[in-house]
Amino acid sequence: MALRFEVLGRFNHARAAQLTLPHFVCQTPLFMPVGTQGTIKGLTTSQLEEIGCQIILGNTYHLALRPTSELIDELGGLHKFMNWPRALLTDSGGFQMVSLLHLADITEKGVTFQSPVDGKPMLLTPEQSIQIQNRIGADIIMALDDVVKTTITGPRIEEAMYRTLRWIDRCIAAHKRPHEQNLFGIVQGGLDPVLRDICLKGLVERNLPGYAIGGLAGGEDKDSFWRVVAQCTAALPEDKPRYVMGVGYPLDIVVCSALGADMYDCVYPTRTARFGAALVPEGVLKLKHQAMSSDVRPIDPTCECMVCKNYTRAYIHCLVTKDAMGSQLLSFHNLHYMMKLSRHLHSSIVEGRFPEFVCDFLQKMFPKGDVPEWVCNAMEVAGIDISSCCAPFFSSQDKMKEEVFPINVTA
Amino acid sequence: MKFAVKKALSNGRARTGVLQVGGSSCPHPIETPALLLTTRKGLPLFISPDLLPSLPFPDSHLLQFSPLHFLDGISIKTISNIGGVHQMVGLREHIFAAVPRDSIVSLPEYDSTNRIGASFETPCGRRLIKPAEYMEMISSMKPDISVSLADEVPSWVSSKRNKASVDRTLRWLDDCISLNVTGRTLFGSIVGGSSEDQRRHCSEEVSRRNVSGFWIGGFGLGESMDERSALLTAITDVLPEDKPRQISGLELPEEVLQGVAAGIDLFDSTYIYHLTLGGFALIFSHEENKRKVSSYELSDIGNDDTKINLRATIYRKDASPIVDGCKCYTCQNHTKAYINHLFNVHEMLAQTLLEIHNTHHYLGFFRSIREAIKDGKFEQFRKSFVGSRRAAAAASLGAMSCIRI
Ligand SMILES: [Zn+2]
Ligand SMILES: [Zn+2]
Repeated sequence: MALRFEVLGRFNHARAAQLTLPHFVCQTPLFMPVGTQGTIKGLTTSQLEEIGCQIILGNTYHLALRPTSELIDELGGLHKFMNWPRALLTDSGGFQMVSLLHLADITEKGVTFQSPVDGKPMLLTPEQSIQIQNRIGADIIMALDDVVKTTITGPRIEEAMYRTLRWIDRCIAAHKRPHEQNLFGIVQGGLDPVLRDICLKGLVERNLPGYAIGGLAGGEDKDSFWRVVAQCTAALPEDKPRYVMGVGYPLDIVVCSALGADMYDCVYPTRTARFGAALVPEGVLKLKHQAMSSDVRPIDPTCECMVCKNYTRAYIHCLVTKDAMGSQLLSFHNLHYMMKLSRHLHSSIVEGRFPEFVCDFLQKMFPKGDVPEWVCNAMEVAGIDISSCCAPFFSSQDKMKEEVFPINVTA
Repeated sequence: MKFAVKKALSNGRARTGVLQVGGSSCPHPIETPALLLTTRKGLPLFISPDLLPSLPFPDSHLLQFSPLHFLDGISIKTISNIGGVHQMVGLREHIFAAVPRDSIVSLPEYDSTNRIGASFETPCGRRLIKPAEYMEMISSMKPDISVSLADEVPSWVSSKRNKASVDRTLRWLDDCISLNVTGRTLFGSIVGGSSEDQRRHCSEEVSRRNVSGFWIGGFGLGESMDERSALLTAITDVLPEDKPRQISGLELPEEVLQGVAAGIDLFDSTYIYHLTLGGFALIFSHEENKRKVSSYELSDIGNDDTKINLRATIYRKDASPIVDGCKCYTCQNHTKAYINHLFNVHEMLAQTLLEIHNTHHYLGFFRSIREAIKDGKFEQFRKSFVGSRRAAAAASLGAMSCIRI
């Protein structure tokens, strides 16, 4: 085990912790931006530090193709290769294969797929995934799991869950750098509480440095989503980090943190930037919208990032989707927003004002008090009283605000 | 705007000067010959504003943009509400020069230009710009320097068309001067194609008018480097010594040296844009040049090459910076192998890192030019530089064919 996880504060299930990794001391809850190919959307590593990124995610599948894990290893590991002094996490590569390649086939040996380079059949075994990740050298590496779509039902879910458990032992056995890299196991089992429970027990028995909740954020309904998270966080050990894979939207992160999760990753903030959307406390601001062309306010008047300090919505409007600089600046702001959200989650838990933070967050995002039902249900289980922001109120002022501020709340 | 020329002895027409623009808001004088960083909508193509301070100061504070970049997406009224180009792009201490043509996306379209306005090929299609419209853009954008509207023609047009371009450009200059009610710093445009007589005539006429400096247009539009020198000197011989001279269309180091030799003070950085998009990094050593020049070793100079293509597979495992000892952000932090990888996977950071290095490097080249002039060794510097570049070009002929060398 190459990490230390110290809980600094709690509010019911929610916790704020200090996660000490080989390359960085992180504060949780935390959001990890996705740097698929060893870089994030035109931002330099100094900018990512300035934004406050603590852990960056690299995609094993992509890195293994180019520049290859052998080359990264030869040049001293991914940290050195991309000159990132803080923490890194790599996924197993399995998810990318299943989601990007139509011809991936999973057997007991591993994931068989057609090479995108020469079309030949290739096999990624749990051992190879770990070997590749050992070469890349991230602080946290992920076990190869049997990934199935969340919307699938039936015996395939059960098969995948048991296979994931069998593969974890092969991953543990193959892991050559346990004192420098932390292997996280992934809880599978679809939306079935019984299967999730078997998987949870099996993984906890292995006493891994950390645990991920997998198989979510794939189009399942929100009520099922939070119930799986709640079940997993309740059963996972208190003294280990919990990572919800592929999540997500700011609202999802707040809910999952209330339920006791610590880590998140998602391409959303940078992907949505490319399409001209900015994350703001009210939801999403679409900079492509014609109304933005004469709006001389910053993207978010409450944001203190380099972009909001210097630029008007009007100027960003004339850059987005036409000039590279548009997505660079929006990615900067969006990642800054996610990091600020992480910091606020952490500090509000430590300072014992987590419910106030949650209410404030929900009030800004749902000024009419129309907080989605799944959020209310999850918060009830989390023991956070949000009644003050669910009370429906409607004023003419809000209506006006909506007209000049075309937002699209992602919920 | 203030401009002072310090002409070093025995340098022919080459001169150094100091440009002071914008009074108290820009307290840092810029030494010339200088490079204006070409921008898209006021910002460098890939270097975000928070990374600009890593570039040499104050050399990197001179920016060039085309008001035509804003024809689409934002109204001049909004730009005016924001407070002008400095406020809009968040660079309050930089100097902005507005030039209608930018050699990249806002190109003169002489065929459609007529007596009422100049035509340009822009990102939002072909647009005809009248002097009144143009000056309206200028007054809302408030650049530190603006260049009058010109009818630029390529070198091969008939003498009749060339003469018409001179007449129009002079008339539009008069329009721009009379429309410049707020008294902004205005540079008069000089055209005249490949006719020395027309160039001389246009320069004389522009010099007679109330302008703060001169912008020389119509170059880089089909003329050969050999015919250019005579045209340039025909212009600068006529121009008064005490006002700055800016040019567009000279990109390559040799072309810049040719311009400096003719007495030009300000150049744009289109070259860096093309290099960066092509994956090329400048590696010629101007420090080396300087040392060799000062010891008069003119025959044997520099390395065998002036730029490298970072897309090439030989850099796949190269863990060294682009240029050893380079002080730029890119070389201080990243290897050739990483940039090669970024190009392979089409990641934008490749261009960002390369634009930083190339800008840093080209600003260094301009500094070397200024030092050579001050030392009275400009002609030696030029000869040795061009000589080593020719040798390099001959050595690598065939290996690199995708860019002008
Ligand atoms: Zn911001
Ligand atoms: Zn450099």
